[in-house]
Amino acid sequence: MTDTHKKEVDALSGVETTGHEWDGLRELNNPLPKWWLYVFYACIVWAIGYWIVYPSWPLLSSYTTGVMGNSQRADALAAVDAGRAARAEIGTKLVDATLEDISSTPALLDFAMANGRAAFGDNCSACHGSGGTGFVGYPNLQDDGWIWGGTLDDIHTTLKYGIRSGHDEARIGEMPAYGRDELLEKDQITQVANFVASKAGLETEAGVDLAAGEVVYQENCAACHGEDLKGLREVGAPNLVGANYLYGKSLAAIKAQINNPRAGVMPAWEGRLDPATVKSLAVYVHSFGGGE
Amino acid sequence: MANSKAKLITLEEGGFALFLVLLAFACLIVAGKTYDQVMAFHTSFGALCAAAGAFVIFKNYFADGGEPIPQEIDGKPNYNMGPVKFGSVAAMFWGIAGFTVGLIIALQLAWPALNFDLPWTNFGRLRPLHTSAVIFAFGGNVLLATSMYVVQRTSRARMPGQILPWFVILGYNAFIVIAGTGYLLGATQGKEYAEPEWYADLWLTIVWVAYLMLFLGTLWKRKEPHIYVANWFYLAFIVTIAMLHLVNNATIPVSVFGTKSYIAWAGVQDAMVQWWYGHNAVGFFLTAGFLAIMYYFVPKRAERPVYSYRLSIVHFWALIFIYIWAGPHHLHYTALPQWASTLGATFSIILWMPSWGGMINGLMTLSGAWDKLRTDPVLRMMVVSVAFYGMSTFEGPLMSLRSVNSLSHYTDWTIGHVHSGALGWVGYISFGALYCLIPWLWNKKSLYSLKLVNWHFWLSTMGIVLYICAMWVSGIMQGLMWRAYDKMGFLEYSFIETVDAMFPFYVIRALGGALFVLGALIMAYNLWMTVRHGEAEVAERQSGGALAPAE
Repeated sequence: MTDTHKKEVDALSGVETTGHEWDGLRELNNPLPKWWLYVFYACIVWAIGYWIVYPSWPLLSSYTTGVMGNSQRADALAAVDAGRAARAEIGTKLVDATLEDISSTPALLDFAMANGRAAFGDNCSACHGSGGTGFVGYPNLQDDGWIWGGTLDDIHTTLKYGIRSGHDEARIGEMPAYGRDELLEKDQITQVANFVASKAGLETEAGVDLAAGEVVYQENCAACHGEDLKGLREVGAPNLVGANYLYGKSLAAIKAQINNPRAGVMPAWEGRLDPATVKSLAVYVHSFGGGE
Repeated sequence: MANSKAKLITLEEGGFALFLVLLAFACLIVAGKTYDQVMAFHTSFGALCAAAGAFVIFKNYFADGGEPIPQEIDGKPNYNMGPVKFGSVAAMFWGIAGFTVGLIIALQLAWPALNFDLPWTNFGRLRPLHTSAVIFAFGGNVLLATSMYVVQRTSRARMPGQILPWFVILGYNAFIVIAGTGYLLGATQGKEYAEPEWYADLWLTIVWVAYLMLFLGTLWKRKEPHIYVANWFYLAFIVTIAMLHLVNNATIPVSVFGTKSYIAWAGVQDAMVQWWYGHNAVGFFLTAGFLAIMYYFVPKRAERPVYSYRLSIVHFWALIFIYIWAGPHHLHYTALPQWASTLGATFSIILWMPSWGGMINGLMTLSGAWDKLRTDPVLRMMVVSVAFYGMSTFEGPLMSLRSVNSLSHYTDWTIGHVHSGALGWVGYISFGALYCLIPWLWNKKSLYSLKLVNWHFWLSTMGIVLYICAMWVSGIMQGLMWRAYDKMGFLEYSFIETVDAMFPFYVIRALGGALFVLGALIMAYNLWMTVRHGEAEVAERQSGGALAPAE
């Protein structure tokens, strides 16, 4: 470097400057700090060691595999297999067990509850709530208001195949759109909604002919919801004098559901979760308190 | 005009005017034909800006008859400080906007109802608004303003061109407006830190090439035999960002009349390109660029020479050579092949000392001037900034190791790490630079109030400490909860339980953020009062220094 500037010595540190100056700024000619340089070298040496041990550099059609033959993919697959193997025996037993077997065998029950709890938190709680108490449109799993049944087998079937899930075995129930499809007149809908509300213990509108509403009900609704309004689990028709009003328990909500009904989807978990986990979920949900 | 005969319009004026007129028409055509409301809004904005730009060029030409601006006055360089002033003010404005949006989304994480169920204010749209506002709008304007200032002063030359510097600073801010409003209206590429859609990317490319030409042009005209170290860092930043921007934003628009585009890369290659970009945006935008600021403003404020010229050369080349390899450490345990992930991690470790070279040079420059930290809160801010830089460039390599990353990745630890760098390093060095720059630019003796700088310093330092400590605790807790198994091998916690557990830390983080915003507001007031009521400097700023002038 050819310097036209005269090198100077910084009075405070006694170190020479490089002789350049920019807008009053100068640079001291200090050497590289020794510790800095050695740590830098040490990091390079460490990296070279790491390259020798682990897969690291790409080659034309492959890569250096490292002297240890380490593969994080193989490690991960082995760990998954080990986990599966550890649970295989008890899992198989669980899949074939009845509710009585499970309740009377602590090892099975502990396994099912632990598995169910973990699976519920990451798969079910987003809709049903972390405690299974549900939201509008998502059933409460803690009460007795089962739409499709609350025995262990019922719950297991619902979990496995889902509701309106597209699965061949899925539970399917459809409430006709009496208003939207003009199956009933407007005042008939008002009458039947008021009739159902009166039976459900809700306030009704003044001056509505409840007797006419009952006639409409028996002709159109009773086939699924029952003459006594207590519903029919085989077709997933909710009990109209019970707790399971999925989209709100009010006259307005009843009208809305008759006019233009809503119906949610429960996914089929068969194929997404292993059979032991689906069974465990059934046991776990059954234990919430509503199980029959 | 009467006493000066009109000169021919210059090539620069004519070229820019023609370009802007054509651009305005192109924007109008797209605005008229598009069904995409965001596109219609953005092209209308573009047409308006381009037309205004062309109008101002002609107006200035007729006002001064095309007289060229003198390069020197009385033998001293006639520096062009207008765009620098604009950039400094824009930086402060965008800074406060970006910090405030950050505070809002921090509060939303604690209390989700604060998104008010509106599409424009939900977390998904505000988060990129926050990151882009602080990195590209605040940080970008600081970089543009300081680089234009530093390259002129250390080259003893006026920036080339009359229109070019204004085109760069105004064009860049127009990009910011298009990008930011695009996020709020839902136009996004969905690539982190590269969210703006194809037309915004194209515009930024034009502005960035103009910026590179402006910077190189100033260096070309320099009256100093050597190029100052800060300018190497600025140049590395400008060149590398251009390359990263072009490769990562290789998209194909569905139609020129719509905002939507598809990226040219696919699958794991796309992920790798994205994090090659993302990591080096940190490396070259937030590290190299701000190291340039450090290399000018710290020695200037401390009135001491830079500690070691040799260290600055070695760590500069080591930094820019090694940084570019480290991107894969963002993709550990993904579809990325293990060899790439190993390579990224090892280069991150090698990067540790080159990063620290800047810290050593910054801190050791203060040897002999440490006493100034007691009396000068601006210098203290910059020194603390360098300390935060050292801390986060140690933490980064640590987190790049697969075993550490398996705990830290996807947790709040990453957020804490980023913010110790962003608030501590980038924020503080920018604040320090602006506190220096504003009195210099407006020829004021000093800042309006050093006491307010002190308040800013302590409030925001408390804010940063609260922020990063809360995120360390919450991040490590989150990572440990995710990997906790019961004795039968089932997960101990569901995801929602880990979210629930983080609530107190989210509140502490938001409190830290609020203190940081408060500090920035105090700063803005202080700078405003400096410009409005500061005591004028009689003579032009002398180049200070403990050393006597050489000549």
